[in-house]
Order: sequence, then C-alpha cells, then structure tokens
Amino acid sequence: MRAWASRPPDSMDWYPLWNSLRIAAISSVIVFFAGIAAAYYVARLPRALKGLLDVVLTLPLVLPPTVCGYFLLLLFGNRRPLGIFLAQFGFKFVMTWYGGVLAAAVVAFPLMYRTARGAFESFDGTLAYAGKTLGLSNSYIFWRIRMPVCRQGILAGAVLAFARALGEYGATSMLVGYTPGKTATISTTVYQLWRTNDESGAFRWVMVNLTISAVVLLAVNLLERRNRRGTAP
Amino acid sequence: MSLTVDIHKQLGRFSLDASFRADGGTLGLLGASGSGKSFTLKCIAGIERPDRGKILLNGVTLFDSERWINLPPQKRRVGYLFQNYALFPNMTVRQNILCGIRWERDRARRAAELRRVVELLHLQGLEEQRPDQLSGGQQQRTALARILVSRPELLMLDEPFSALDEHLRDQLQIQMKKLLDTFDGDILLVTHNHDEAYHMCEKAAVVDGGRILGVRETELLFLDPGSVPAARLTGCRNISSAARRVGAYEVEIPGWGIRLATARPVKEGVRAVGVRAGAFSHTCPENRFPVSFTGHMELPFETQMCFRYEGQAETEGELWWSRPGRDGKKGLPQELGVPREDVLLLY
Repeated sequence: MRAWASRPPDSMDWYPLWNSLRIAAISSVIVFFAGIAAAYYVARLPRALKGLLDVVLTLPLVLPPTVCGYFLLLLFGNRRPLGIFLAQFGFKFVMTWYGGVLAAAVVAFPLMYRTARGAFESFDGTLAYAGKTLGLSNSYIFWRIRMPVCRQGILAGAVLAFARALGEYGATSMLVGYTPGKTATISTTVYQLWRTNDESGAFRWVMVNLTISAVVLLAVNLLERRNRRGTAP
Repeated sequence: MSLTVDIHKQLGRFSLDASFRADGGTLGLLGASGSGKSFTLKCIAGIERPDRGKILLNGVTLFDSERWINLPPQKRRVGYLFQNYALFPNMTVRQNILCGIRWERDRARRAAELRRVVELLHLQGLEEQRPDQLSGGQQQRTALARILVSRPELLMLDEPFSALDEHLRDQLQIQMKKLLDTFDGDILLVTHNHDEAYHMCEKAAVVDGGRILGVRETELLFLDPGSVPAARLTGCRNISSAARRVGAYEVEIPGWGIRLATARPVKEGVRAVGVRAGAFSHTCPENRFPVSFTGHMELPFETQMCFRYEGQAETEGELWWSRPGRDGKKGLPQELGVPREDVLLLY
C-alpha cells in the first residue's frame, strides 16, 4: 500500500473515469433503443429471415472483441470508403473518444438485443390483441403495456449492456487505442499503467472500477426491490 | 343488430370457410379444439386477416376483400373476451377498465362510465387491486367491464368459463347469462362444452374442420343434430359407423345388426345413426333388441353401462347406456329399447 500513499490522489488524472462513464452512458442509451427496436422487429419476422438476422446481430457477442475492433477498422478506417465518406461530415471514429462509443455500442448490443428479444417472445400476444380491440393505439400498447410487462427482461438487458460497455477493452483498443486525455478509458488505462510498471496507478484504477461496479449493482438491486413493491400487495 | 360473416382462409393444409349470419341474441359456435372457431373470432376482431370474403356488422363493412376494406381492430367496435381474459398485469382494475374508454375526452363522463360498469359487474372495492390479486371470477368480471365500457356493438366470448374451477363455473354461467340478456348487440360465444352452449345460447352452429354447419335454434340442434360432428359435439356417445335407408321410417344399421324404426322420415343418403346414452331404456317397448353387457362405470348418481347388441360386428365399438341410480349394474335387462323419436338420423 506504500505505492498508493506515495502519490496523493488529487494529482491523479481523472479523465479516464469521465471518459469511461461518458462512453458507457452514451453507448448504452443507443444500444437500449437499437436493441429494443431490433428485438421487436426480429421477433415478428418469418422464421428463415429471423434465424439469419439473429446470427448477424449476435455475432459481436461470440467474436473476440479484438476481431470486432478489426472489423470496425475495416469499415471505419481513415482510408476506407465509409471512413472517408464520414470524414467529410467531420466524423472520425479512429482514435477519437466517440470512436470508443461506437466500439462499446457494437460489443454491448447483442446483450441488450438478446435479453429484450427473450422478454418480447415470452410476452402474451393476447394482451396486445385485447388492447387493439379496446381501441388502444399501437404506440400506447407498446409503451404502456408491452414495455412495462417486459420490464424485468429489458432492465436486465440494459444493465448488462451498460456493464459490458463500461468494461470494454478489446474493440476499443483496436479502434481508438490509448491516448491520455483523449481516448483513455479505465480499462485501457489499467492495462497501460500495468504495462509501464506503474503498479500502484493500476491498482488505484482497479479500485475505481470496483467502486463503480458496486454502485451499479446496488442501484439495480434497489430498483428491482422498488419494482417488486410496486406490483405486490 | 346483425352480423354477416363469409370468409375464407387457407392456413397450410387447414382451410377455414366460415359463413353465417347472426341477428340478435347469443349465437354459440360449438366445436372441438382446432376446428377454427377461435380463428373465426380473430378474423371478425381484425386480429387475423382472411384471404377473401366479407364481414359486415350492423351495416358497416369491417372487411371486404373485393373492395379492399380491412378496418383495423381499433375501429371495429368488437368486444373480445379472451380465454385467459388478457387483463394488463401492470395495471389496476380501474386502469384496466379505463383502457376501454380512452377515446372519451370528457373526464366526468369517463368517471361516470367507470362507475356504471363497476356497479354492473359488482367490482366495488376492487378498483385498486391488480389482476394477480383477483380470483378467476373477478378477473372475468373485470375483463367484461373493460369491454362493456368501450360500448361494443358485438360481443365475442372465447371459451369464457374454461379457465374457471368447476364449482364456480355453473354459478358464473347463470350470472353471465343475466348480464348478456341486458346487452343489446349481437353476442358470439365459442365453446366446446355442449351444456354451456345449451344454457347460454338461443342459437348455435357446429364448427367442424373449418366449416360452420348452419345456424339453428339451440334446442332443435340438440333434438336433431343432423350430422355426425353435430351429434358428437352435442354429447351423443353412440354413433354408428354406417346406416342404410330401408323404409320411409326405418333405417338399418349393419354394424349393430339391427333395424330401427324412426319418428322422422328417413331420407336417401343417411350416413349414420346416433342414440344418446340416456335414450336407451329397458322398459321401452319400441326398438327392443337383445343385448349383452361388457362393463360399467359407476358415477355418483348414475351408472354408465357398456353393452353390445347380439348381432353387433366386432369392429363396432361398445355402446353406452347411462342408467340413473347408483346400483345400475344390478338386475341387468336382457333387452334394451329406444323410443323412435330418439333415433337421430345423421347425414
């Protein structure tokens, strides 16, 4: 613990924390809506198409994250057609913090998509039919009946996606690397500090990471308990 | 008050041809599971789309394949009571009911309508409960309240009592019948239970293999089912495999090795004969034939006796005689008779 005390915490560069949180937050919001939309539409597709799309949408879950990063570089690399095209609008995903958002979103997406799809598939379709015959609009049925009934699964998916985005390393390091004060996240910082023999620095960031994870899990538990109280007598 | 349905739908190998008219009162659709009766309701509600045909409700076209009309379920004014009631589990009874009247802008009117159906269905005090806290009967009443508050022009009940315990079922049938009598639109009731159909419906039609076999007065349907599926669905247990006309009022049943005299004239093309288990009698002088008993099933207040006619073919199954009283298997008769009017001719 001497190493921890040797450098006072106020001299610590907090950028990786802020960057990690921002990347995780933004990517999970994107993944939340994209995952739900994909789950909703894929669940209604004919079986053959469903199977194909399911494979494509779940692929990032089974591929090593570095391979995902490789594919992202293939697509968005500075000299690739899509990369050149996007650069005209000022978007550069390589070596930028929002490139980190893209990497985290791609890797976290399958978790949201699959849990939401599971929730939607176990949803009793007659509830939606009943709503329709009662004159309720499709959007009312979706937001006020389907979503609340599937709340547990969707919430679980969102938490998983957020946790995965927060811990993203492989694809992020491939696409945006490690630049202090620019693309550094907690996970890449831990690796960088460890690699450069700054054991105490790495340890500090590990503690930060543990704290965040604990807070997230605690929040989820509290939320679930409140939900349960809402529905039970 | 009128509903006209004439639709066709192909579902893989199964084809549905539903064609019937209902004008006022309760029409029962009596069919086995998989006969297409629930699917017919879904087409009327607009949840499923028929391949072709027409659906008219009180002069309004709900569906017409030739004129490209297919009203969304929201605009059809059709109330649908699902088998599991389909209450929204995340809402209270009050919120569930208010879902049926969201189109009403005036708050006071909405509240008044809510009060009306809560009283009509005796839901006072349950308004803030959630569906999982309600009994089966209360769930059914909530679902009905939610439908009635939306003021539908047609009410469709899909196996309304199948989710309930038996002791509740009879009681609720009586309550439901009273309630339905106050409803001034058409009512369609789908069931596989012949007692339910008999009690609840003024008219009934048998649904068999995706076809609706003519709407008739319920009493007449039970008195003279007229077809093999109708006989089976109205609870007739003894149906012969074949029959042949031998006289204006006489029919031969080769499988049973007998000829029966009938009260109704036997028409050419008779396919089978049905006799209800309760129609046999050892005192009846008509259509008496020697029988031998092969088994029995004792029930609390009657005995179901299995028997064969003397000349009955091996391939033909056992016949059932339901004999009132507990000691039915004592003092077995040598012969059983059937009153002529109880010989059901099936075409």
